Amino acid sequence: MMARSPSSIPELVCPAGTPAGLRTAVDAGAHSVYCGFRDETNARNFPGLNFDRAEMREGIAYAHERGVKVLVAVNTFMRAGAVDLWKRGVDDAVAAGADALILADVALVAYARETYPKQRLHLSVQAAAATPEAIAFYRDRFGIARVVLPRVLTVEEIARLTATAAPCETEVFVFGGLCVMAEGRCMLSSYATGKSPNMTGVCSPPSHVEYREENGALVASVGGFTVERFARGEPAGYPTLCKGRFQVNAAALHLFEDPVSLNAVELLPRLADIGVAAFKIEGRQRGRAYVSTVVRAFRRAVDAIATSGRIDVTELRALTEGQAETTGSYKKAWR
Amino acid sequence: MSKAPARLGLTLGPVLFNWPVGRWVDFYARIADEAPVDRVCLGEVVCSKRQPFRDEVILDTVDRLERGGKEVVYSTLALPTTKREVRAIKEMIEAGYLIEANDIATVQLLNGRHHVIGPFLNIYNEATLALHLKLGATRVCLPPELPLESIRLIAAGNDAVEVLAFGRAPLALSARCYHARAHGVAKDACQFVCERDADGLDVLTLDGKPFLAVNGTQTLGYVVTAITREIADLREAGVVSLRLSPQSCDMVKVATIFRDLADGHTTQEEATEALSVIALPGPLSDGYLRGLPGANLLDEVD
Repeated sequence: MMARSPSSIPELVCPAGTPAGLRTAVDAGAHSVYCGFRDETNARNFPGLNFDRAEMREGIAYAHERGVKVLVAVNTFMRAGAVDLWKRGVDDAVAAGADALILADVALVAYARETYPKQRLHLSVQAAAATPEAIAFYRDRFGIARVVLPRVLTVEEIARLTATAAPCETEVFVFGGLCVMAEGRCMLSSYATGKSPNMTGVCSPPSHVEYREENGALVASVGGFTVERFARGEPAGYPTLCKGRFQVNAAALHLFEDPVSLNAVELLPRLADIGVAAFKIEGRQRGRAYVSTVVRAFRRAVDAIATSGRIDVTELRALTEGQAETTGSYKKAWR
Repeated sequence: MSKAPARLGLTLGPVLFNWPVGRWVDFYARIADEAPVDRVCLGEVVCSKRQPFRDEVILDTVDRLERGGKEVVYSTLALPTTKREVRAIKEMIEAGYLIEANDIATVQLLNGRHHVIGPFLNIYNEATLALHLKLGATRVCLPPELPLESIRLIAAGNDAVEVLAFGRAPLALSARCYHARAHGVAKDACQFVCERDADGLDVLTLDGKPFLAVNGTQTLGYVVTAITREIADLREAGVVSLRLSPQSCDMVKVATIFRDLADGHTTQEEATEALSVIALPGPLSDGYLRGLPGANLLDEVD
C-alpha cells in the first residue's frame, strides 16, 4: 500500500458529551468532535450530558482555535406540535459556528437547507440511509455532504455505497457501542418503557432500569422486563434491551446481540482504501479518561495509515481487553 | 355545524410473516371474497429470500383481489441493502402497481409518482408528513409508537393518515436474522426456519414473561395492537384509515369487527369482547396510542 495524500486521510470524528469532554477529545487529537444541545433534539438526551447555548459557542471556539471541527447533532425526529424546538437547534448551531449539522428528520434537513443554503449538512445514522438510492434522495434534493452509514452493512456494501455516494462522503462507526438494529428504526425501548431514541433521544433509559437480588444473582430489568441475570461476582454491564438474554424455544440466549462492543480496528486500512471519509467513535456518555485513551490510539492509527498504510492493532485491541468485541455487520458472518 | 366525518377506511397490511405459499394464496382468496376491507397490501416487506415463492403467484392473487373489489397495493422491502433488492423494487414500480414505500430508497425510485407509505418510514410530525405529501404520497401509515396526542397534530386537515389498529406492532429491523440465530443456523443457510412461526417466534424474558416476537430480521411486540376504544378519537383527529396487520387468526372476522365498529353498528365494548374471544398470539394492547409503553395492555396503566 502506498502512503496517502493528506486529503485522503480519514477524518477522526470523536464524541464530546460535555464541554470538558470536548476539550479532552480536541487535546487528544480528534480531527473533529460531535456534540448536541441539552434537550430532546439529540439522540443522547441523558441528564448531565450535552451543551447549553453558551457552552456550545465556547466549545466551538476552543476547537476552532486548535484547528478542530465541531459537528452539532440535532438528530432526533421532531415532535409533532413542537418542531420549532428542533429548528431553533439548527439556528443556534449555525449561529455558534458549527462546521456541520448532523440531522435525521427529513423535514429538518429541508428547513436547514432552505434557511442556510451554504451550511454543511451531514445525514445522521438515525436516518439509516443504506442504499445508493437512499443517499441520492438526501444528496440530490438537499445537498447532504456526508452520510453516516447505518451499522447494518458489510465492508463490501460500504465500498459500493461510498463509490456511488460521491460527491457525498461516507462516515462509518469504528469503535464503541453497537446498535444491532437499523438505527432510527427501532422501538424496542418505547415498547418496554414508553421512551425511545426517535421520540425522546434515549434507549433503555436509566430511569426505567431496576436491579434486584434473586437467589444470590443480580437481576436487571428495563421497564419491568428482565433483561439479564448476573451471577455473584460477574461484571454487570448496562442492561440495554437488545443486548439482553432471553428465552426462545425454552433456551436462554443473547438473541439479538452478545454484550459486545464494536471494534473495527482491523478493518481501518481497508475502509480507508475504499474511500470512507471519516471514522466515528461512539461514546458521548463515556468518561474523559476513556475518550482520551481511545482518541489518542485511533489518531495514531489514522496517522500510521497515512504514512505507512499499516497500523499496529495491538494498542487498539488493548482498549477493549477483557471485554468482548466484534466487527459487527462489517463482516458478513455476523448476520 | 361541523362537517360529518368521512367513513373510516380499512386497509389490510401486508402479511409480514413467512407463510407457506399455499396458505398465503388461500388467505388472500378468502380476503378477496369475504373481508370488508377497502385496500389490501401485499408483497414481501421483511426478507427478500422469501420473495421468489410469492412472485410466482402474485399476478393471480392481485387479479383475485381486484375482482373482489379491493384496491391492491404492492408493499416493498423495509430494509433493502443489496443491488438485487433495489432492482426488484424498481421492477415493481415499472410494472405499474400502486406502491407502498417502506424505505426512503423506494421514495427516491418513485420520483414523485403517487404512492402510499407504510409504517416503516420515520414520519413523526406534521412538517415531515407535509414533505412526503409533496413528494407524491397520498396515504401514510404512521409509525406505531406515536401517541394519539401526536397523531392529532399530524392528521389534521390532510385526509392522508392511517393508523395501525390491529396486529403485532413492527418494532425493529436488522441485517441479522434472529430466526436463524435462534436455530443456530447461518442466515445464508437458513432453511427458512421462519416458516414455522405463523405469528413470529415468541421471545420470553429469563423469568418466562412474554416480551417480543421475532420474524426473521424483524422484531415485533408480543402483544396484539387493538385500537377499539379510541376509534372515535382517531376519526375526530382526521385519521382516514385503519390498518389491520395480518396474524394467523381469522382476519375476515377481525375485519368485520372493525368495519362494524367504525360504522357504529357495534359498541367498543362489543368489539373488544369479540376480539378477545378470537385465538390471538398475545393479549390486546393500546399502550402506544395512550402514550404508554407499547407493551401495556388495554386496561393497564403505567
